[in-house]
Amino acid sequence: MTELTLSRAETKSVASSIAEMRRFEILKALAIFALVAALPIIVHDVYLQNVLILTLMFAALSQSWNILGGYCGQISLGNALYFGIGAYVTSMLFVGFSITPWLGLGLGGVLAAVLAVVLGYPCFRLKGHYFSIATIVIAEIGLLLVHNWDYAGAALGIQWPVGQDGWTTLQFARNKIPYFYLALGLFVVTWFVTFFIEGSRWGYWWRAVRDNPEAARSLGVEVFRSKIAAAAVSAFFTAVGGGFYAAFVGYIDPDSVMSFRFSLLFALPAVLGGIGTLWGPAVGAAVLIPLTEILRSYAGGSGNGLDLIIYGGLVMLVALAKPDGLLSLFQLMGRGRST
Amino acid sequence: MTNESILAVRHVTRRFGGLIANSDISLEVRRGELLGLIGPNGAGKSTLFNLIAGTYAPTSGEICLDGDDITSLPDTKRCALGIARTFQVPRSFDSMSVLDNVIVGALVRRSGANQAREQALETLDFVGLATRAAAPAVELTPPEKRRLELARALATEPKLLLLDEVMTGLTPVEARKGVELIRRISDRGITIVMVEHVMEVVMPLVDRAVVLNLGKVLAQGHPKDVVRDESVIAAYLGDRHRAT
Ligand SMILES: Nc1ncnc2c1ncn2[C@@H]1O[C@H](COP(=O)(O)OP(=O)(O)O)[C@@H](O)[C@H]1O
Ligand SMILES: [Mg+2]
Repeated sequence: MTELTLSRAETKSVASSIAEMRRFEILKALAIFALVAALPIIVHDVYLQNVLILTLMFAALSQSWNILGGYCGQISLGNALYFGIGAYVTSMLFVGFSITPWLGLGLGGVLAAVLAVVLGYPCFRLKGHYFSIATIVIAEIGLLLVHNWDYAGAALGIQWPVGQDGWTTLQFARNKIPYFYLALGLFVVTWFVTFFIEGSRWGYWWRAVRDNPEAARSLGVEVFRSKIAAAAVSAFFTAVGGGFYAAFVGYIDPDSVMSFRFSLLFALPAVLGGIGTLWGPAVGAAVLIPLTEILRSYAGGSGNGLDLIIYGGLVMLVALAKPDGLLSLFQLMGRGRST
Repeated sequence: MTNESILAVRHVTRRFGGLIANSDISLEVRRGELLGLIGPNGAGKSTLFNLIAGTYAPTSGEICLDGDDITSLPDTKRCALGIARTFQVPRSFDSMSVLDNVIVGALVRRSGANQAREQALETLDFVGLATRAAAPAVELTPPEKRRLELARALATEPKLLLLDEVMTGLTPVEARKGVELIRRISDRGITIVMVEHVMEVVMPLVDRAVVLNLGKVLAQGHPKDVVRDESVIAAYLGDRHRAT
């Protein structure tokens, strides 16, 4: 016979110990962020600083991808579209109207989120691979449109003017360290957003949608609304990252912010590090992005596709050996995908 | 048990292409009742559950809960109104822990994950899975998965619980525990409709039985009378013949 093993008080204490574990997770994250924030003290080499900035940026962008792809199970391979929107909105407002990039970041984010909702209506009726293929096609259409959009510089792109360094213009030509802290800040924000979503009703709904939509529906989960909400949050932060990138490199053109390579680079760190986990994207980015930069300096440029072949091989290797990602190799960083 | 009906199915038909899985089915479920829905394989039992839970829409006919027509409501809304179900083939959220699976159900009536967690733990305890709360759902044994389905459905605090072959594949010992668990759920005042292929399991347990065959209601009434019904015996014998 099944006997009741827990008293009400015990139930409460198990529940509160889980809440305690989540508070501990926050402390652990703050400690990690503090350590990373101290890195510029020892890293003076400009090239290495650059690698760090890109690593943090891609960690944040992959974390944004992870919100929809990892937690809600909708594998987008077109997030370069939202990245491009952020980059273009921020650049056009700043270069054309001298509007501070801070506003551009927000506006680009909102625009991307709205577009994600609009595109979600048709796309989320597609399942699995069909959804992923649709995202690739839509992003390529976006790339083509921008290529032919004269007002946005068409194929020539947009050059940010050389001006005074400062926090209102987000221009730091002499010293790149502010970009390091901006990228870290972006990652910290996406981490906390993911963390709080994980512990909220949305987090449970999204994972239920990913694992089994039919069962989810029978438990009152609004499957379609879940996907739309996850897509909007994901697109918002992807566009903010795009705006940051534009300010960081100071020059954008369609291929340098909207190519398929970016869509892959948003998905791969999460897949490599541990899809649908809090730390997976960061771990994956810490491996992939420095590797990208090494390849870039040895193989010269990124146009030959060698890096993509290596990423593909790496992801296949991880998928075969450790389907849950690198994170599952050393569990010390996080408890994985469940709370 | 009262005579007041909680669920009314009226002239419900469901076709799949040329196949009529449910044909003009009418039945009532009384509040607090434990109703057995039996019939040979392919009789249309799971289809009827899908129509009541809102997974499929009926081709024609209407379904009322507490006197309100819910025929056009989606499954998510019906869950909120108090209909919960298990699936014949368990559908757990395999990447989530057992506890998190049940929390998804508990969030129907609770907005915060913390209250939902307490409720989920109590429910897991009620079905005897509390010790497995932290395990990944994918690691559960098949009988444990059935209990998890049950816990998840119960966590939505339903008025009406639809159980689709929860006893199938259980050893006699597990089946006895299952029967006891269903009794305890029923004692909580939850109305239960349970589908079972094996008559020997349901008949001693239920207050009333409805027999489906070839998509139609063949007989209904007290279990004792139903098992003696000529047409029911014929249908089951026919089924056995086909099976061998
Ligand atoms: N989704 C579906 N599509 C097509 N045919 C179906 C579907 N679901 C059930 N059926 C058919 O309807 C009939 C009744 O099936 P079902 O309701 O599962 O029976 P039971 O649960 O009583 O064994 C069967 O012939 C089955 O093949
Ligand atoms: Mg069935």
